[in-house]
Amino acid sequence: MTFQEITDIIAGQFPEYAITAETKNPQPALVVPAQGIAALCRFLHEDERLYFDYLACITAIDNGTTAETMELIYNLTSIPYGLDLTLKTIFPRNTAEAVLPSVPTVSHIWRTADWHEREAFDLMGITFEGHPDLRRILLPEDWEGHPLRKDYDAQERYHGIYVRYEDGKELEPSTNPDRA
Amino acid sequence: MSERIKTGDGGIILTNAEDLMNWARLSSLWPMGFGLACCAIEMMATYAANYDLERFGIMPRPSPRQSDVMIVAGTVTFKMADRIRRLYEQMPEPRYVISMGSCSNCGGPYWEHGYHVVKGVDRIIPVDVYVPGCPPRPEALIGGFMKLQEKIRGKQEAVPGLFLEMEAAGAQAVLS
Repeated sequence: MTFQEITDIIAGQFPEYAITAETKNPQPALVVPAQGIAALCRFLHEDERLYFDYLACITAIDNGTTAETMELIYNLTSIPYGLDLTLKTIFPRNTAEAVLPSVPTVSHIWRTADWHEREAFDLMGITFEGHPDLRRILLPEDWEGHPLRKDYDAQERYHGIYVRYEDGKELEPSTNPDRA
Repeated sequence: MSERIKTGDGGIILTNAEDLMNWARLSSLWPMGFGLACCAIEMMATYAANYDLERFGIMPRPSPRQSDVMIVAGTVTFKMADRIRRLYEQMPEPRYVISMGSCSNCGGPYWEHGYHVVKGVDRIIPVDVYVPGCPPRPEALIGGFMKLQEKIRGKQEAVPGLFLEMEAAGAQAVLS
């Protein structure tokens, strides 16, 4: 089954979602709305023509404070049919009511998403609605901030230890254009 | 080598107690058996047959309470820092620390952008010998042990530091 056929099946099933196909890259991707990701994944997982039973990876991208968006990329595999599918969702970095963005969880569909989403939460600060156990997975639990966000500044001290190399030096303003 | 007949008469060696203690101490430096990153691979190679640290009386111990020296072999993250400090505090005095490799010396490649790395293990525990390298070859680690042995050989203090502190505190209490 080709990427176009999978796209047609999904578009027929979810006419209410604005689904676009990105085909200019060697790995084509479906761009789907963030709020529809759980329902769409449930369908992809259970439909007998597709049966995407394996979630290979969840990637989180911060596009910076100029673009004001973040992305999540889901790499799905259907082992019985030998299919691969890339889902991409783009959502605002911050909303008016929340500092951190929020996306529905898929951990009830694939158990492997549990730890993937915890990692995305830990390093990028993306909250996953309905996740059973959204704790930090890599950093210590009393760490401040989410280090892979573009606007991250490391804390001054951790348990009394100076975090930066130069002890006591003032933090210089960043020259990265993506940062505010 | 000429053959010597053991007569059982024995001989006399004159030394002082401190030198004897220091000699005993530096001839059986038991490191704590733990490693943190790729430097630990080199450390294990140094323990193994080719480099054979055992010939210097150095053999890893499974508990900090049986160890004399701690080899910090690898990247010290902030998450690990509390554990390292606790392990160090569990070691009996006199205790020594060898910082092995750039990461534990000064943060290594993580010195600028590594938000998670302690920029030198000497920010949490006192270090006796720094072994440079990324990672250091086994020869370099053995060189670090030689340096530590030299340091112990010249040491005059045979009393644990904490005991001296308590003595001083006691003297203060008597005086006041």
